[in-house]
Order: sequence, then structure tokens, then C-alpha cells
Amino acid sequence: MIIDHPLLGPRDAAEFTYLGDAKLIDRPDWQSETAAKDFYEYGYLRDNPAGWHQELWFHEAGDRSWLVVTRNTVTHEISKVEMARDVARARGRSK
Amino acid sequence: MTQVNRLPGGQIDRSQSCKFTFDGKAYTGHAGDTLASALLANGVRLMGRSFKYHRPRGVLTAGSEEPNALVELRGGARQEPNTRATTVELYDGLLAKSQNRMGSLRFDLLAINDRFSNFLTAGFYYKTFMWPAAFWEKLYEPIIRKAAGLGSLSLKDDPDVYDKGFLHCDLLIIGAGPAGLMAALTAGRAGADVILADEDFVLGGRLNSETLTIGDQSGADWAAEVVAELTTLPNVRIMPRTTVIGAFDHGIYGAVERVSDHLYAPDAGKPRQVLWRIYTQKTILAAGATERPIAFENNDRPGIMLGSAIRSYANRFAVSADKRVAIFTNNDDGHRTAADLHAKGVKISAVVDVRPDVPRSLDYEVLHGEVVNTKGRLGLTFAEVRLADGSMRTLECGALGMSGGWNPNVHMTCHQRGRPIWNDAIAAFVPGAELPPGMVVAGAANGDLSTAGALQGGATAAKRALGLKGRLPKLPETGDASINLKPFWYVEGCSRAWLDQQNDVTVKDVKLSHQEGFRSVEHLKRYTTLGMATDQGKTSNMGGLAIMAELAGKTIPEVGTTIFRPPYTPTAIGVLGGRHRGQEFHPKRLTPSHKWAEEQGAVFVEVGNWLRAQWFPQAGETTWRESVDREVLATRKSVGVCDVTTLGKVDVQGTDAADFLNKIYCNGFAKLAVGKTRYGLMLREDGIAMDDGTAARLAEDHFVVTTTTANALPVYRHMEFVRQCLFPDMDVQLISTTEAWAQYAVAGPNSRKLLSQIVDQDISNDAFPFMACANITICGGLRARLFRISFSGELAYEIAVPTAYGDALIRKIMEAGAQYDVTPYGTEALGVMRIEKGHAAGNELNGTTTALNLGMGRMVSKTKDSIGSKLSEREGLNGEGQLYQVGIKPIDPKDPVPAGGHLMNADGPVDAAHDQGYATSACYSPNLGHAIAIGFLKNGADRMGEQMRLVSPLTGVDVKVEITSAHFIDPEGERLRA
Amino acid sequence: MRYSGLKVIKEALTGHKGWTPAWRDPEPQPEYDIIIIGGGGHGLATAYYLAKEYGQKRIAVLEKGWIGSGNVGRNTTIIRSNYLLDGNEPFYEFSLKLWEGLEQDFNYNAMVSQRGILNLIHSDAQRDAFTRRGNAMLLNGADAEMLTTAQIKARYPFLNTEDARFPIKGGLAQHRGGTVRHDAVAWGYARGADSRGVDIIQNCEVTGFRIENGKCLGVETSRGYIGAKKIGCAVAGSSSRLMSKADMRLPMESHVLQAFVSEGLKPVLPGVVTFGAGHFYVSQSDKGGLVFGGDLDGYNSYAQRGNLPTVEDVCEGGMAIFPAFGRARLLRMWGGIMDMSMDGSPIIDRTHIDGLYFNGGWCYGGFKATPASGFCFAHLLAKDAPHPTATAYRFDRFEKGLMIDEKGMGNQPNLH
Repeated sequence: MIIDHPLLGPRDAAEFTYLGDAKLIDRPDWQSETAAKDFYEYGYLRDNPAGWHQELWFHEAGDRSWLVVTRNTVTHEISKVEMARDVARARGRSK
Repeated sequence: MTQVNRLPGGQIDRSQSCKFTFDGKAYTGHAGDTLASALLANGVRLMGRSFKYHRPRGVLTAGSEEPNALVELRGGARQEPNTRATTVELYDGLLAKSQNRMGSLRFDLLAINDRFSNFLTAGFYYKTFMWPAAFWEKLYEPIIRKAAGLGSLSLKDDPDVYDKGFLHCDLLIIGAGPAGLMAALTAGRAGADVILADEDFVLGGRLNSETLTIGDQSGADWAAEVVAELTTLPNVRIMPRTTVIGAFDHGIYGAVERVSDHLYAPDAGKPRQVLWRIYTQKTILAAGATERPIAFENNDRPGIMLGSAIRSYANRFAVSADKRVAIFTNNDDGHRTAADLHAKGVKISAVVDVRPDVPRSLDYEVLHGEVVNTKGRLGLTFAEVRLADGSMRTLECGALGMSGGWNPNVHMTCHQRGRPIWNDAIAAFVPGAELPPGMVVAGAANGDLSTAGALQGGATAAKRALGLKGRLPKLPETGDASINLKPFWYVEGCSRAWLDQQNDVTVKDVKLSHQEGFRSVEHLKRYTTLGMATDQGKTSNMGGLAIMAELAGKTIPEVGTTIFRPPYTPTAIGVLGGRHRGQEFHPKRLTPSHKWAEEQGAVFVEVGNWLRAQWFPQAGETTWRESVDREVLATRKSVGVCDVTTLGKVDVQGTDAADFLNKIYCNGFAKLAVGKTRYGLMLREDGIAMDDGTAARLAEDHFVVTTTTANALPVYRHMEFVRQCLFPDMDVQLISTTEAWAQYAVAGPNSRKLLSQIVDQDISNDAFPFMACANITICGGLRARLFRISFSGELAYEIAVPTAYGDALIRKIMEAGAQYDVTPYGTEALGVMRIEKGHAAGNELNGTTTALNLGMGRMVSKTKDSIGSKLSEREGLNGEGQLYQVGIKPIDPKDPVPAGGHLMNADGPVDAAHDQGYATSACYSPNLGHAIAIGFLKNGADRMGEQMRLVSPLTGVDVKVEITSAHFIDPEGERLRA
Repeated sequence: MRYSGLKVIKEALTGHKGWTPAWRDPEPQPEYDIIIIGGGGHGLATAYYLAKEYGQKRIAVLEKGWIGSGNVGRNTTIIRSNYLLDGNEPFYEFSLKLWEGLEQDFNYNAMVSQRGILNLIHSDAQRDAFTRRGNAMLLNGADAEMLTTAQIKARYPFLNTEDARFPIKGGLAQHRGGTVRHDAVAWGYARGADSRGVDIIQNCEVTGFRIENGKCLGVETSRGYIGAKKIGCAVAGSSSRLMSKADMRLPMESHVLQAFVSEGLKPVLPGVVTFGAGHFYVSQSDKGGLVFGGDLDGYNSYAQRGNLPTVEDVCEGGMAIFPAFGRARLLRMWGGIMDMSMDGSPIIDRTHIDGLYFNGGWCYGGFKATPASGFCFAHLLAKDAPHPTATAYRFDRFEKGLMIDEKGMGNQPNLH
């Protein structure tokens, strides 16, 4: 596969390490009353769709960027690649 | 023997003779021959034996789809089993043996199987060999295994080298027949970066096997002229002897170039083969088509071939398949074969055509009928023909060409979910709509079976693929026409009519499969093994499908096809492995003082990809234990030095650096003073311990984090995840500096005295107490980092210098420490000292243990958010029955306490249900004079002093042990602070 | 019909006219007592044991395509019970014992071949871990033996012990491990279940569950609605897709695992060998092909095919330990979709919906588990209580922190 890195252009997927569902960005609030359940669901449950999937890849043999790749799990087609940091900020994460 | 079947003409080089040997007998052929054509030229029809019935087998095809003529090529360590004689380029000195036989090829003892074929039907083995139960492995299976298989490996290490390479292009063209060549010409002239790959050693595809003309040239001459032009284009790379094996995601194709297979042995410094990973924007698949056989009784005898193969041998290789040739056809193609052979003076026994309106010929007899049986034990002698009027004719012939129509080579169109679709006009599957992205199919592969169509298709495909404007170039006139096929798959009433000639699957087997309910195409394949031979069913599948369709009352497309899988043709495992074998399997990482350690005679050990000094044997030491004991005792007595460069190091900088560490470590770091180091335990988000190490605060906004050697990469990746994905606005930067710093542990009571001679600053206990850290200089100005941390439990430091100075520093330390008998120690002594001290390492941080298990439960801060803290609170990870890290020592000091042993109550049963824990790390403690271990024990914190059993039935150990604190040496930690 | 050598001979002499379909092709009934979704190894085994061991009637197996089309027909055929943890080892040993009597039990020769499995050891830490594991196996009543390099070399003389980047320091052997002809397992169970009255319905895709008031009443299928008192799902590889129709999210991801087979070769490998320092394991089929595999491709996928880097990675591992395989040729490669669970261990449990039961999350260890998985799932369906060897395979173990993590990789499915 080829991942079109937003900064570096197309790179072989073999340069990257895969983590999983980009929902791992949405780490729950540790002080919420439902934190125990939230963290369980965050840590363990996955949509695991057959189709489009936003997922985290780390450019380990490259610039060490975490990327959010939108990829189809049936065809392996990639429609979008974003910097994970931008996605995280857009989803309201900060410090 | 002379080349009795050699014809005039052809494309072989008669000026070059090649001597070769088959089954110990010497023959001669010419350059440009394949092994198959040379054997046929010499009158050899019998080349192999089939898989199950050991029926005599000759060559069926003239290409890579060959199921029958498989040989063991070359000898010694270069022996290649199952090599298709049809693709082996003849070279002088070639050596080949027939395979899969017991006895000689002519008198194969296992041919007895054929006599019992009625018992050995499809799937018979699922129904028997079950009694008595023990006999399967002891009796039946060994016999079956020995009889099965095809060729043999030499079992010697492959002596050849394989390379890997990467290529990028605008357009990859697979196949250099008329369509591929025309596509390459169109794209090449337009300036595109083109790769043209073909499995053959001569480009041109079928043009080399036909007598038809293109313009005013022969097809072969036209091909040669196009290739000559392409060769002059710098933007076109022509790759003969190169098989594209698979279409992978995003325009990546695997291709194997056979660099040296046509040579006696690879030239010096040259690989045998190269695996190319080709990255292309667009692909034109111009892989041609494969002719299909017709099923009739005993259609598998040597001499019975595809009609197109007979034509290839005659036109390209100047070989007649035999003196007398008959043809069995359902289309005009069979007549083309007859005409070509007749023109070369070969006797045509007859052309048998199933069509009522058979074309007539003045040159040879044409019969309207069907071949219903054949004769000839080791090779065809007669064909029996049933004429349309029901009368029988016997034809004397040594070769019989079967022309059943053509199957487009859609293989690679299916590598990514695509399914072929049925085309009634040619009664064959053609590429479906869903192709690998970027792929265009042209020529016969697309179902366009005429040369004119191939040329047109190739040019159009190139234009389409590259988005070229303008009209097509004027294409030359060609001399062929449509083949007027009447679908005809098998002769009515046939039974032992072969579909899969290699695996011995006959029409009868397909019928049985249907009878027993194995009707889905995949069940048919798996039950009968149809299409599972080394040709992946290229010549056999369609016949089987057609028969199943008829039995099931369905159409062929309703029955469907099995899925084509890469590789296109079988591919040497060696080339897929490339250079990654032996010592080059993985790269070696060496520390800056590796050379120094070698000079000291160190024994090295693999730690991940690193090589680390394991111990440093001295003269007179005969066992590793002697060396290790000495290193431990000397370190604890005076001073030792150990290379710890391999530990992961991460520089953490920024105003939020402390907050960041607070997130990644379960214990607190916000209040760590500048100039201080703290032990840190990192949890995974699931609350399990991930790694441990230290973080040293060199400045308000600068920490140095260390990780274990094994986890350097995953920990850094995790830290970047936390930084970029979870806390993107923290002002913090991470740099992996593992390879930027050489680092040494200097440990033992004399370590301060030693380092004082090197370090420029005051490192007295007051100035530089336990857990201090600082940027320092050494040797009068070289920048360095000093940490007063201890893994050994002694007064100890770790000192780091830029990598380039690592070698110099270790030599300097040894020089400065000479007066204290400074002793280099390796990973074994390091391990002994950390076990004596009860420090957890990889064996304890095994991915299932929590802070609580490690005796550090209270370190997990409840007053802050850190990775893993929440999930570490789950009930299953807390409370009664949890494992705790303990020390284990033998009651009898002579007893071992092996790692991997399980702890059992002293007087309870010894079984899994009563398992109390296990020993993780063990060593002999030279300080205590007996073996010690650390491990995990249920409720271990409350069981100090308890006597238990440590059992290792695997290694025959069952000893009485006492549970102790894991801190065997200096439990109060006085030495650290000295 | 009972299969036997005698029957084969009789049929051979009488024109093979007596063979009947191995299983019927029935129309679905409007309602069953128990429906199993998934005509793979586990689903068919479940139906078989429900009928045979638990006396259940009116059972149907619904299969989307053809039976055996999932992972039971695309794995590397290895059986073993060399597990470490309490939650696993008794279950896999139960499975291995069922394998040992399977063919006589279901009257089908699945070629259970206990030729042994060997895990190579390359470091002291690995030896410690394998010692612990071997002891756990022995303490659970399974077999295990620690072999020296010399013993290994005697059995595999062409193993690379001279020029290895990661020298072989021994190996943990389980002699009762081995291989089985994978398709035959599906067919044997199907035939056994069918002969006991189970309806095996192919080309019947479940498109939804009918759930009312927290109870599952039946399934919508491509062949109409079918009611059932109990419904068991055994569709590993597609578990998330199926259970999403019941609005469930599962603790798993789907990943592709590639497998490889070489051209047929005369026997060279007596048993199964696993490389402990690279991603490679191999055995040789009775037909002669080297059957081998390695790591997952590593990314979520439902594509049943993989990519070249993994192919190369696996073959590099192969060449590292068996440099004599360089001239053998890879014939075919394919991919299977694995339910990679969050701790590497499976789930056999009730769901929160009455009447709906789940079996999945087998990662790439599902084949060897087939008999016990079927047996234990049948037990659960019949008795509404877990089988004694499968009590740990619960949904709630993640929420409670009772993971069964053999490899210690945590909630990272692609590393299990």
C-alpha cells in the first residue's frame, strides 16, 4: 500500500506502524463519573467496519508523524490522509 | 541420438549447439530451444509421471502453464524440483532428471496405482484409513507422503544470491505479445516511463509461434523490429525473463526477473533472480490467452498436446512433435496447426473436427467426428475416432493436437476481488468490470483473439491509460481471422478423460464430486484437487467447470470460477527472501565500544538487533559461570563497567515536559527537582506495566527518559502517540537519542574514585548525591551527562558521551580504573546483580503484570491523570489472590531454582489447579553462594518465609524453596547512597 | 451411510453408484429450536455436538456461501495445545483430545496427523518463558518436551544452526501437536451433523436479527425469516459485521493473515516448526506442499488478501532457518480474515440479548480449537452454562480486568 503523507508525499506503507481505530484519539475524561466504563469502552470496543475506516498510522521509518488515514477495509483504497495532531485538535483535544 | 524431429526454419540459433543430459542420457539442442523443445527434437516424448496414478506424461504446452513436463533441473545444491521443461532455456551442460517415480521413468513401480484407479477416486482417502486409529500416522500416512509430492529438494543450502529492487514507472505493461508491444510502442513514443515485462526470453508472444504476417513482415520479424525501436527509447525499460507475479494494492506489482536461470551458473557477483517491487501509475495487462484441451478417454498420453503448442514447437523451435500428427479441434485454430505443419512437411494423420461444417483441405484429411480414445503405453501410437456417422476410424499418430478454444489469461485481473465474466462469443471468461485500480486489459487477455484486435487493443489501452489525445497510429494489416469456435468440452460418455493432468482429475471424478454433493466450484476444487496443481488449473479448470455446470443444470457463469491467487507462476522462495538470510537476516546494531569489547575477547549475545557483550572470559576460565561470577564479585568489591548504550533514550523538551511525563508515567514527575533523576513506571492504557526506566531532569524544560533496550521503539512510538494524538497542544518535543549517546554504567564502591579522575566537576556524595543528574564535562571539556543511578545496587553512575566518543571513553575508564582493577562486565553479570537486587526486567515486565504485581502498586498516583491509571483499577487486577513479586531461594543451597518453574504449596498437590506462581528470572548468586530467583506468587507479599516447592517437570526439577524478599543484597539500599 | 475401506472397495467394484451426497440440501424450515449462524468449522462442530452429545433436535446451520468457505478452509492446518494460561490450556488440551478421537467419532478421515510441533528458542529469556509454558502444559496434563539444539538438528539436519543471525538454543516440542486436513474437518462435521438431522442450509445469508423486548426471536435471511428459540453466532472473521446487526460492538478487530503453500515436494519436514526470532512457521502437507505463514499484515482488513511486504517478511524468516528452501517455489498465497480480539483469546458466551449467543474472537488460533469450540458452544447453547473448560471466555472479562493474554500485548489486536 501507499500512504500519501501530507508533508512528505506518497510513501510505502511498510515505512509505517499501524495502531488502529482513530477513535483512540478520543481518550475519555479521567474524572468523569462514568470514567471506568468510558475507559473500558475506549480501550476495548471497536466498530471494526467493513468499509471506510479512520485509523492511526505512525511514520516510524520516516518523520515520526502520527497520521489519520481514511481507508476502506474491503478494497484497501485510501481516500484521505491527515496529520493526527490536526485531527486531535479538531476533535477538541488540547493539553 | 540425433535430432530426429528437427524441422527447418524457426528461431533457434543453429550455430550454437547445447549439449544436455536428461535422466543420464546425453542429447544436443540449440540456443533458443527450451528443454522441452530440445527433448521433442530428439524424439523424447516421455518426460514425467502424474501425481496420483503415475501415468506417463509428456509435454502438454509450450509455456508456463505446463502441468506435465516437470523435471528436477540441475544437480547438487542447485537442484530445482518441479521445473517446467517448457520454460527452461537450453544452455550448454544442462542437467535434468525426471521426478516423481519409483524406479525409472519408463518403468515406474508406482504406476501400479493406475491399476487401482477405481479405488483411488476423488476423496477416497476421506472414507478409509481410519482403523485402527493408530495406523494413520504409523502406516498409511507415511506411505501416502512418500508416494505423494513431486520433485525433491536437495536439502542443501541454496548457494545462489537473490536481490530485491524497486522500480517506478508511469505504465507497466505485462506481456510483450502483439498487444503489449503495440502498447509499449504507443506509450514509449509518447514519452511515458514504461516498463515492458514478459516471462519469455524472446519478446513477441504468440507472434513467434505463428506464420501469420503483419504488414509485409512475419509476425516474429515485426516483433523484433518493434523491440529494436523500443530499445532505443530511454524511457522504456524492457524486461524479458521477468514474470509479474501479482497485483498488490495501490499500483504495486511484484515481478521476478530470472537473471541467471538460463546460464549454467550465475556469473560472479550476479544474483540468480531479482524480486522487483514495481510502483506504477497505470498497468496494461496483455498476458495473452491459454489454449484449452478437450476431455476424451485417455487424453493424457505423451504426445497429446495443445494444438497451439504443436504450432509453437514447429514454427518457433523448428521441432515437429512427432513424425505423424493428428489434430482434434472445435474451431479453425486446429486447422491452422495442421496447415503450418503440413507446410513444413510433417505428415498430418487427420484433422478431427466436431463441427458439422468442417472446413475442407486439399492437403490433409479432415474428419467430422470426435476422438474417443487413444493407445500407447509410454506415448501415443493411435487415436480412435468416432465419425459423425457413427463409424470408427483409427489414426496412426505420435502426436495429437487438442484445440478447444482459448481462455484469456485473466489471472491478474482477479488479484483484488475482481471476478471474470462470461463471454459467449469466445465461450470463455474475460476480465470483469472490477479490475485492480489503474489496470487496463488488452489483446487476447481481454478476449480479443485476433492479431489485428491485439494491435488495436494495445494501442488503445496505452492511449487510455496515459490519457493521450489524438487518433490511433495507423496499424499494420494482419493476416488472421476469427476462429469460429463451437463450444465443446468433453466427449460424450468419457470417464477416464483427464482434466487436470498433473493431479489426475478426470471427468469421472467431477461426476463423483457432483454425486456426493460437492457442487460448489470451491468444493469441487477442494474435493477433487482440480486446479490445485502447480499450474493453478490454467489448462484444467474450465473443463471441470463446464462438466459441473452440465451436471448441475446450470450455465458455466452460474457455476463461477475459483479465485486466482498470486503468484502468477510459482516463485522461488529464495527470491522472496532476497538477501535476508544467514547473518544478513536482520541488521546488526553495534555499540560504539563494540570493537573495544571484541579486543577484550567478549562473548556477544543478540538483544533484539543489538549485539551486546555477554561476558568477558579471561585466560584460564573454562566456563561462562566462572567469568560471570568473577565480574559480579569484582564489581561489588571494587568497580565494574558495563556498556548500557542500548538502553532507549528520549530527550523530552519544552515548557510542558514535566506535565507530559506526568501523563506517561504512573508516578508523579511534576515536582522532580532540576538535577534529579527518578525511577518511572510506564503503564499501557490497559493498566498493565509497559516499561520502566528513569527520567532525569537536566533543566526545568528538559528531561532525559530511558527505556529498556527491548522497548526503545515501542515506548518512543507510544510517547509520540500521547504527544500528537492525545495532548496536541502541549509544548513538548521528543527526540529519540538512543544512538546519539554512548552510555556506560560504572558500578561498585570505587566507582566514584574512578570517575573523579575523568569528570571535570565535583562528584562527591554531597555535591552529587544518589539520583543526581547533570550535564557535565569530562577530560577537560568534553560534554557528557552523568546520572547517579544504580541497577546493580552498588554505588553507581551512568555516564554518557556523544556516540563518537564512546570508544575513547571506555578506554579512558579502563585506564583510569586500572588501579582499582576495574572489571568490564557483560549482560550476564548485569542480570545477576539485578536479580540479587530484585529489580524487574523483561522477564517480569512480560506484558501481563501490573504495578501491583511488581510490588509498586502504591506508585500509581490517584491524584493525576496518567496513561493506564484508570484501567489499572479494574477488579480483576486488584484484591485477593493477586501475584506479587518475591524472592525465591533453595532450602538446600545446592539446589537450582530454575526460571520457568512453578510454585506449589509445600504439602499440596502438584497440578495446574493448585499453581501458586512461577519463577521469572534466576541465577547463581556468587555473593550468596547459591542459586536465587525472583518470581510471582499469589498473595506473595504476605508469604515471606513460607516454604514451598518449585517444580519444573519439563526439566526434571522439584525442589524445596523459601519465599523471601526479592532484595537479596543490601535491602536497605545503603550502598546506593554511600 | 458409513464410510469404510470395505465400502470403498465395494463401490469401486460396482461403479461407484452407491455414493450419496455427504449432506442434504434442505429448504429452511420456518422455525428451529437452535440456529447456528456460520457454516464454518466451529458452526458445523457446534451443530454436530448439539445433536450428538446434547440430544438437541431441530437444529439448522445457516451459511452465507458454501460450507467451509471461511477460515476452516484457508488456514495452515496446525493443531496443538501448547498454551500457558489457566484460561486457555485446559480448553486447548480438551480440543486436542477431541482431535485424537475425531475421525472415528464422525466417521470421516480428516487425516489428523500428530507429527509434532516444535517452537525454536533463540534467547535465554525465551527459554525461561518456554520453560514456564512447558511446565504449565505438563501440569495441565498435556505433553511437552524441551529439546536441545543437537536433538533438533538430528530431526531437522538442514535447519540453519551454523550461520544463523539468531542462533537456535533449543526448542519446546509438543509431540501430540500436528496437522489436520482442514477442509475435511468441515465436511466431516457437516456430514456427521446432517446424518443426525441437522439442516445445513448453504447460500443463506443472515441479514438481520429480529429482537423484541431484549429477546432474539429469529433471523432475517436472504431466504426469508427463520425463527428460533436460541441463536448461536459462529462467524469468525465477520463477527463484528454480524453482531453490529444486533447493535453490538465487539472487543475485536478484523485482520488479514496470509498463508502460503509451495509446489509439491517429496517429504522433507517431519513436523511443524516455528521460528522463534522471525515470523515464520511451516509444515508439509501429505500432498507434499510446504504450508507456511507468518505475521498478520497488521491493518484492519476484510479483503482476504494481503500485500507484498508481509510475503517477503515471511519468506525471509523461512530462508533464515531453512536456507535449503530457496529453490522450492511458492505456489499460492491467500488471506483469511481473523477476529483479532483484545487479549488474543476467544469469546464463547451469552450476549446481553436473550436467546442470542456468541462464539468468536479466535484470532489466528481458531482451527486447532474447532472441536472444543463446537463442543463448548453446544454445551452453552444446550445448558445455558459454560462448559468447564471454557469458563474464562466471557465478554465481561475486559471490563473486569480478567484478560487472558498469552503474548502480553494488551489491547492491541494486531500484536496478538
